[in-house]
Amino acid sequence: MGSTEINRCLSLFISGKKNYIALMKEETLIRPRTHGQRWRLPLPKFGRKRQDQVAGRLMGALTLTAALLAPLMALALLLRALPILRVTPLTDLLTGQDWAPLKGLFGFSPFIVGTFWVTGVGMLIAVPPSLLTAIFLAEYARPRLRSLLIPLIDLLAGIPSVVYGIWGILTIVPFIEKVAAPWASRWLGVLPLFRSENPTGYSVLAGGMVLAVMVFPIIISVAEDVIRAVPQGLREASLALGATRWQTIWHVVLKRAGAGVLAAIVLGFSRAFGETMAVLMVVGNVAKVPNSIFDPAYPLTALIANNYGEMMSIPLYDAALLCAALILLLLVLAFNIASRWVLTRLVRYE
Amino acid sequence: MKRKLTELFAQTLMGLSLLVVIGSLALILGTVIWKGLPALNLAMLTQVPKGGYYLGKEGGILNAIVGSLYLAGGATLLAVVVSLPIALFLQLYANRSRWVQFARLSLDLLFGVPSIVYGAFGFTIMLFLGMRASLLGGILTLTLLELPIMVRGMDESIAMVPQALKESAYALGSTRLETSLKVIVRQTAPGLMTAILLAFGRGIGDAASVLFTAGYTDRLPTSLMDPVASLPLAVFFQLGTPFPAVQQRAYASALVLTVIVLLTSLISRGLTKRLEKHIVR
Amino acid sequence: MNTKIAIQNLNAYYGKEQALKGIEAQIPAGGITVIVGPSGCGKSTLLRCLNRLLEETNGVRVTGQVLLDGEDIYARKADVTEVRTRVGLLAPKPFPLPMSIYDNVSYGRRIHGLEKLERRNGRSLDRKVEQYLRAAGLWDEVKDRLHDPASGLSTGQQQRLCLARALAVEPEVLLCDEPTSALDPISAQRIEEQLKLLSAETTVVIVSHSLRQARRLADHIIFLWMGNLVESGPSAQMFSAPRDERTRAYLYGDIG
Repeated sequence: MGSTEINRCLSLFISGKKNYIALMKEETLIRPRTHGQRWRLPLPKFGRKRQDQVAGRLMGALTLTAALLAPLMALALLLRALPILRVTPLTDLLTGQDWAPLKGLFGFSPFIVGTFWVTGVGMLIAVPPSLLTAIFLAEYARPRLRSLLIPLIDLLAGIPSVVYGIWGILTIVPFIEKVAAPWASRWLGVLPLFRSENPTGYSVLAGGMVLAVMVFPIIISVAEDVIRAVPQGLREASLALGATRWQTIWHVVLKRAGAGVLAAIVLGFSRAFGETMAVLMVVGNVAKVPNSIFDPAYPLTALIANNYGEMMSIPLYDAALLCAALILLLLVLAFNIASRWVLTRLVRYE
Repeated sequence: MKRKLTELFAQTLMGLSLLVVIGSLALILGTVIWKGLPALNLAMLTQVPKGGYYLGKEGGILNAIVGSLYLAGGATLLAVVVSLPIALFLQLYANRSRWVQFARLSLDLLFGVPSIVYGAFGFTIMLFLGMRASLLGGILTLTLLELPIMVRGMDESIAMVPQALKESAYALGSTRLETSLKVIVRQTAPGLMTAILLAFGRGIGDAASVLFTAGYTDRLPTSLMDPVASLPLAVFFQLGTPFPAVQQRAYASALVLTVIVLLTSLISRGLTKRLEKHIVR
Repeated sequence: MNTKIAIQNLNAYYGKEQALKGIEAQIPAGGITVIVGPSGCGKSTLLRCLNRLLEETNGVRVTGQVLLDGEDIYARKADVTEVRTRVGLLAPKPFPLPMSIYDNVSYGRRIHGLEKLERRNGRSLDRKVEQYLRAAGLWDEVKDRLHDPASGLSTGQQQRLCLARALAVEPEVLLCDEPTSALDPISAQRIEEQLKLLSAETTVVIVSHSLRQARRLADHIIFLWMGNLVESGPSAQMFSAPRDERTRAYLYGDIG
């Protein structure tokens, strides 16, 4: 019943004719039924119910395909990485210190460690100010101020990573070279973590700072949402007992929003972990395990991006880089699954 | 007294944090504008690179601007076609069976996959199909990158539709398909638009995924199989040259890219407001 | 008495909790049947079983039979959309569809392809829209802005629009779930008047927690208590001589 009717409505609807009701009325009233053939969606002429079923199946198939994308990616990368995995065992690749493609040495250790260093430093810098800002926006800011600041912070999230990279090169790197590194080696030089032997500013710290600014908006917007979702009654209960606002936030609100805030941090971490361009531009790209935050590093992402063009001539180079991509993918997936597992446990015990 | 001090201390810290966050935003925008604006001129926007451009001679980055719009536009179109049915399926059709849970988990995980991995995967697939770096390859890879972003945004906005509204449509005897296309899509139009433009912004700004899949060329693309330039890579490559004049142009290109992204975000806000008139709360 | 809907051994479960326990009842054709009972007794659940809308809620299970003109709507081969076309619903809070006033009313007719018949009869959709907006008592207020978004109407107007929208599909049964609970007294009164008029040709089933409303409207009463059907029958008899002790207590305000 009525499938042609629906077809026509659909086609008009989709073709964006706003006044399709008017069009239909016109046709209904004036034109004889045989008049002209209107273009209609080439939908099969099923009944409504059948159409619904078919659409449901198609949509389901599409969803399943998309869902299989992650395993498919891992599989495709694995297949391409097989040549090197046959020659060098995975454990050797993961722990190998030397990266000398021409000699056939592919040690990923400096890159994996480099990735963790940069991401770790970035998160250490990013988390405290983002959480404090989120708390401020959710708990202290007046509605007008909030409605002004939140779009601004969302704007920050949209800026492309190369722009962050440029900003890093123009401001962060010189700042580290001229100010931070000399200062740190003078006052904190006894600690190996702050010893500076790198004459340039291109360093773990530069990468970390750029990453920190990149993940600010992610952590802030998610954490702010979560904190605002804490029921007002809880706050009032605490305030009614004579607690100050900060005590209320610290003891009640954050306790309740804890899991969600952690989820915000996880999201930020996972973004930072996989960031390529911005990090690549400021981190120095030296394939050596860094010892200090002023040392250069070489994250996995930068390794792939920097070398992919020129790999064809050297045997196994291509497989090694795709193996790096596979390692990166598996690390991200493992981290996300693990954090989910922890988060569901946390929520359960709340 | 101690409590008051703590309160004061906390507030000071929050103030400082806000300053750091907003300050860094201002600093980024300021740096890009301050460095980019002097090098920006009409020729940059309207010409393709001419001979010796990368040594500091005549030309512009029209190839990259057009290329980026093609890449991100094409990918966004494709991603909408794929994402909207998925989001509608997850919200309206899906039951709680195991494979639907798996699909949700998998799409959530894809959200966290780094863009360089999408690039490597796209390249692998292209090798397998015997394709060269091309507009089509770039579009397909960007589509994969945009897909989880768009699905998540659409899924969230469809989840906000009041149950009672869906039931209103069902109670009139609509099928799920009719409810989806005529009621849900209209109700969530602002949210869908936000998701689409967010994905577009991410797509146009991403360099790592198009690095190997779209290639780079000084010409404007004429077919889907041509390699194509893109703005993020134009920034990256020009910055890599040793000539200050070309580096200046990298800053100008970054400014162009930033302006496009910010415009997208502004358009998104404007459209959202316009689409809100039918919304039922 | 002609039975329109016969409910046979109907059970509904939210997860493990049983909300309806073996309901057996008959709803006569025509007139207004009011389902009463204290809050949480399963009134809305029962109502939403009658057009299979309950199954749209997650984690709900329904067993038993609901016969509409003698055919089980829960039968395997029953068509859900057809059931819902024949049995309309007016929800407690108005939810206009996200389109214009005109489209809200014509929506149901268009998806069901009812115009085809109209075209043959030479009647236009416009006239139908007008007819049902009048039937819901809304026409005079909106006739000049039919193509404005429905979300711009007041709550009372929206509820009457929802009534017009439900009527436009020409249902045989109209279910009303506390149709006036979100409305001001004036709008509530108008809705009640319209329902009363409507009951001449359509079977109307209303869920109400207000005994006064039930007294005003009901031809027939179903009394629920904690998921059980206590008593049902003609309104006059129920109010004057309830058979069950619990009904009496509820009517006199001792419980609920």
